[in-house]
Amino acid sequence: MGYLEGFAVTFKKMFKGTRSGKTVTVPYVKDAGPKREKAVRLHGRHVLNRYEDGMEKCIGCELCAGVCPAKCIYVRGADNPPEDPVSPGERYGYVYEINYLRCIHCDLCVEACPTEAITESKLFEFSFTDRQDAIYTKEELVVGDDGRPKQLPWEDWSDIDEVAHLSSAWVRATAPSGSADFVGVVGWSGELGFGVKPPEAGQKAEDPAPPAEAAADDHDDHGHGGHH
Amino acid sequence: MNLLALDPLLSGHIDWGIVGIVVLKVVITFALVLVAVMLMIWFERKVHADMSNRLGPNRAGPFGILQTLADGTKFFFKEDLIPDRADRFVFRLAPFLSVVPAFLTVAVVPIGGVFTPEKGGQVELLGKQTLFQLADPPIGVLLVLACSSIAVYGVMLAGWSSGSKYPLLGSVRASAQMVSYEAALGLSVVTVVMLTGSLSTHDIVMNQAGEGFLGFIPDWNVVVTGVVPFVIFIIAATAELNRPPFDLVEAEQELVGGFHTEYSSIRFALFYLAEFMNVVTMSAIIVTLFLGGPAGPTFFGPDWIWGPIWFLLKILVFCFMFVWFRATLPRFRYDQLMDLGWKVLIPLALGWLLLLASINIARDEDWNLPLVVAIGFAVMILGYVGLVAAVRTARHHREMGTEVGS
Repeated sequence: MGYLEGFAVTFKKMFKGTRSGKTVTVPYVKDAGPKREKAVRLHGRHVLNRYEDGMEKCIGCELCAGVCPAKCIYVRGADNPPEDPVSPGERYGYVYEINYLRCIHCDLCVEACPTEAITESKLFEFSFTDRQDAIYTKEELVVGDDGRPKQLPWEDWSDIDEVAHLSSAWVRATAPSGSADFVGVVGWSGELGFGVKPPEAGQKAEDPAPPAEAAADDHDDHGHGGHH
Repeated sequence: MNLLALDPLLSGHIDWGIVGIVVLKVVITFALVLVAVMLMIWFERKVHADMSNRLGPNRAGPFGILQTLADGTKFFFKEDLIPDRADRFVFRLAPFLSVVPAFLTVAVVPIGGVFTPEKGGQVELLGKQTLFQLADPPIGVLLVLACSSIAVYGVMLAGWSSGSKYPLLGSVRASAQMVSYEAALGLSVVTVVMLTGSLSTHDIVMNQAGEGFLGFIPDWNVVVTGVVPFVIFIIAATAELNRPPFDLVEAEQELVGGFHTEYSSIRFALFYLAEFMNVVTMSAIIVTLFLGGPAGPTFFGPDWIWGPIWFLLKILVFCFMFVWFRATLPRFRYDQLMDLGWKVLIPLALGWLLLLASINIARDEDWNLPLVVAIGFAVMILGYVGLVAAVRTARHHREMGTEVGS
């Protein structure tokens, strides 16, 4: 009687103490205990970074706006005022707006950025209740003097200390163009508050990965980080 | 004139006590059903979650028990949309055609009472002897069947009036499915009615309140009718309720939401309410017809308090059963559904009814009982063989591409 066996299966699942009845859901509870550890490739809200001397990295090139599939970024560049330059180059981002009602957090803007100016943090809890609040202006996106993102009233950052130093993993990926020669080589500039961030471990250095995948990785050099 | 208003049936001797009792009963029944539905929705979601290794609602109130209230409040404040192509009057009417019969059915279900030969199910209320049920019409069971038939109209008209394809498909399935299973449902109910000799739900419960057999097997209809009508009733009732594995009417994976695809806001909530209310009332009807309703042994305290307790416990078993079905069984294919209804359930219910009827007559006329049973079974087997042969022939002809009988 195959039917009755099925009934036994669902019945057994009801008992939480047993192995088959164990609940796999991890509850999202804001106010009970520490938050879960963030995945390395988690895409949260953007920040506009600054160099270690406080200069802004953004040069107003609009590549991020051009590559954005959701058309959520609006950038206007302007010439740096000679007496008080905002960024080290010729131009800087004069207007920079991201509409989070449109953003899909694909990280393409981060990949497109030539100066690592825009990266995504691990902060994802920012449920605004107003359409106007969804549009983050440059004032809100640029990091503060300590290099940390500026907190807006509706953002929940109770674990900022653990995640502040984490930026988009792509920026610290092991190699441009997927070449294994670049594993462990730093090819990026320092950031205000955090200095030059260390590179991600290469895939070969990563042993805890599942055996089948690790074996495949040995002769397959995709340069981007490992499976964490 | 004043008397006429209070005594529409003109039976006389109506005083404020009786009117008060009726009003009180109506209010209590109404409130009881709404609370029961609220808890049923929570129960279903929680148990179904447990059965699939999930958590279920856990945010509103302790164990998420107020989740239904939160959902209901949300539904009230949602925008009420009516599609352009909808038939506006019927579209508005359909949800009520679903909800009202669900409420009406509860009216004839006895939810308590002291079922001893001396008291006869009566309890004392406001100084009067009264039944622990809203109404006890002499045609109680017919009312139940009628209400479940009217509920088909709610589903069917909802799909038809939406002016949209998927709801229409859902409602076509609904009418075919519910009409086919209504027959098996009715035939299994007839066995109970035949043994009781009455259509009144109170009489049916009273008839099951006896001593029973061997001291521990209760005198319930599930035993007396030989289990088969009980099983048929449960299967047919599940189909009648449009619950899995018979939920082709909704069938999210195929028909979006089925008949209620185009409904939103409180109109959708009414369908939702009706669906779960039907689960509760159908459980109550199963308990009434087959498991002795609120009748049961009394222990300590006032004797009238045990009726509702037994009733609730019995209902809970069947509510759980419906959830268990949903968590376990995959949906039937449409032709399998029709096969099960027409080729298995209806013949079986009909055969069993005839068997019980012949046994009844044999007992009254003092015929040889074992012989009657043997002949009855032989006729049933003969009928089964004939049915199988007919189905085979029909299939053979269909496969050969010829008309049956040509």
